[in-house]
Amino acid sequence: MDFTYTETQDMIRDTLSRFLADTYDFETRQKFINGDTGRDPAIWTALAQDLGMLGAAFSEEQGGLGGGALENAIIMEELGKVIAIEPYLPTVVIAGGALKAVGGAQADAMIPEIIAGNAIVAFAYAEPQGRYDLANLRTTAKKDGAGYVLNGHKSTVYAAPWASHLLVTARTGRNQRDKDGVSLFLIDANLAGIVRRDYPTVDGSRASEIYFENVAIPGDALLGGEGTGLPLIEQIVDEATVAVCAEATGVMQKLHEGTLEYTQQRKQFGLPIAKFQVLQHRMVDMFMEVEQARSMTVMGTLKLDLPANERMAAVSACKSKVARGAKFVGQNAIQTHGGIGITQELAIGHYFKRATMIEGQFGSADYHLDRYERIALAD
Amino acid sequence: MDMEFSPEDLAFQKEVREFIAENYPAELRGKQDEGDELGKEDFLAWHRILYKKGWVAPAWPVEYGGTGWTPTQRFIFSEETARADCIRLMPFGLAMVGPVIYTFGTPEQKAHFLPRILSGEDWWCQGYSEPGAGSDLASLRTAAVRDGDDYIVNGQKTWTTMAQHADWGFFLVRTDKDAKQQEGISFLLVDMKSPGITVRPIITLGGEHEVNEVWLEDVRVPQSQRVYEENKGWTCAKFLLAHERTGIAGVASSKRGIEKVKEIARTELDGDKPLFANPFFKRKLAELEIDLTALEFTELRSLAGANAGKGPGPESSLLKIKGSEIQQRLTELTLEAVGHYGAPYFRGFGANDLGGDNEHPIGPDYAHRAAPTYFNMRKTTIYGGSNEIQRNIIAKMVLGL
Repeated sequence: MDFTYTETQDMIRDTLSRFLADTYDFETRQKFINGDTGRDPAIWTALAQDLGMLGAAFSEEQGGLGGGALENAIIMEELGKVIAIEPYLPTVVIAGGALKAVGGAQADAMIPEIIAGNAIVAFAYAEPQGRYDLANLRTTAKKDGAGYVLNGHKSTVYAAPWASHLLVTARTGRNQRDKDGVSLFLIDANLAGIVRRDYPTVDGSRASEIYFENVAIPGDALLGGEGTGLPLIEQIVDEATVAVCAEATGVMQKLHEGTLEYTQQRKQFGLPIAKFQVLQHRMVDMFMEVEQARSMTVMGTLKLDLPANERMAAVSACKSKVARGAKFVGQNAIQTHGGIGITQELAIGHYFKRATMIEGQFGSADYHLDRYERIALAD
Repeated sequence: MDMEFSPEDLAFQKEVREFIAENYPAELRGKQDEGDELGKEDFLAWHRILYKKGWVAPAWPVEYGGTGWTPTQRFIFSEETARADCIRLMPFGLAMVGPVIYTFGTPEQKAHFLPRILSGEDWWCQGYSEPGAGSDLASLRTAAVRDGDDYIVNGQKTWTTMAQHADWGFFLVRTDKDAKQQEGISFLLVDMKSPGITVRPIITLGGEHEVNEVWLEDVRVPQSQRVYEENKGWTCAKFLLAHERTGIAGVASSKRGIEKVKEIARTELDGDKPLFANPFFKRKLAELEIDLTALEFTELRSLAGANAGKGPGPESSLLKIKGSEIQQRLTELTLEAVGHYGAPYFRGFGANDLGGDNEHPIGPDYAHRAAPTYFNMRKTTIYGGSNEIQRNIIAKMVLGL
């Protein structure tokens, strides 16, 4: 048993951490998110070209550094520590994950573009009626000659306003909630008939409602088999779920550290409030949640390659624990800060907002508890 | 002991219900249903209608403009307004400084200020907290120094809710630097248009401009605008805080909040069924509803004590703690219920005096403010004496520790 990181992994963390310390302080982040486009593209280019960071999770044959899920987790945690809004999750973890899984010409063509920072992919999977059910799809892709015609509505597609490509789940057959008949497509984001309504999100990112209106897509946009895409989608969403847990670990660590720091400065009744036992115990409880989130993320990451049922149970255990921990740490960070915690002025509130959104991303604590029960505690 | 309404009470309930149905402004209803951020005129619209009807200050003594209702009638009234989702009245005049003035004020202060509070002519704000004095309120440093018939006031207040609209503010200031903390504080009524007052917005997590910093620089306040004795302002402050805490339980509005969450859960889908059929979600609703019932009957017992002539005591801390926790859990459940549509952020989209962008949000109406409200309501366990302070009060005053 060995939970140490390799030299390369340590180097990835250190390099990224130093880069973000120089480029992504809280005020700079606020400038990015309040600007017209909501981001600074130079950061993404630097992550790709100066740091080689976007290749960390791809094999050397594909032009990467030979890593995988652990590298994704390291990078997501560091991005979480600065509440970065960079589209690493949909582009590298999700689209990159799908491409690695299907391989072939599509992977050969697209992965170098991702590694170089030329391609940004948004993951259009959620639908207004679907909640967390990946197979609950009204979006359809109908066979049309060699290609397909896409129709439907995808909701809250994070990073879509910045995207060059969209990774889309759609139904190529069967009925709305069937497990069969689901397919995955990687398409150009600017095809005719793609209508976007862009907006900011409460946690500082940008997202879109996307409407597909008779969008003609080529046949080679299909990733994997037609109508048999659900297991692949479940796999990449599980990888993404663990990755947001890694991000949450970084966010929670900062919420805890910020609270420790604040309580040692803030004086009431003649003492730093960190001296009050009721607050000390609370900060100890927060600390324990951060540590357990980190443990569960390691566990989830290491079990991503297991057979589907074991993987799903592990990922659900991880997400339900992290979601609850993120709520606990976030709420108590705000409460312990008092009034200043609920303003936009301190970073702490912005970490809390991201932690809150992570709670529900790819399934709430209840959703994952339920999935865990169904798999791990099956009769 | 019984809990049935009398025929008179039922008739009163009917009267209130009908009055609201016929008089609540449709435009305001529309804005509320869509989750629009509300401005000064929105708050005043309903205030003025109730004033005209003579129902704006049920808790006040009749001689000052109260309704003379029994506690049960007041309870029915607050239930009915919450049930109908009426906008809450700004508490700063009606529930805070009004009672202080009719309890401690001079005849001149009563004659001048009370009618204007009732009519809504004056918008009030509360100058209590300071950057260094939050939970430890008595450590405040804003100072008032005598100068002829006036005080000269210097200092800084914070978390001053809706001060951007305020005509008047009630301020706690230090009038004796050498006295022990809670002594040496006075309670002043300050014209917010006085030279030397600067109001700066603080934007909260949901993007709202609700609270402000207020700077006072050589602000001249006539001594005739001091309520009660000099250096005895803490008496008024404590009285007011106890009053603030009784309203803070928010039982009626939380009841309405639970109904709203149920409506959302019946509309939102979870698989092929409504979310309302999800046993996990339903269990949380059930727990919340039971906790709210416990709070309601605790408040009723406390009200019964008040009927018997006991003022709100330290048990009001219990109402504040449990009431605020329930309010927060309601916003948690709402955010959870709206799923993906919790993420889009549209700052106060309508045209209002808080600055909307008029771009209509996407997703269902009930989702528009789910996340900002969840963020905003973190304040309830912080304001009015944080819940940590309330627990200290119970430990000390009730348990004698």
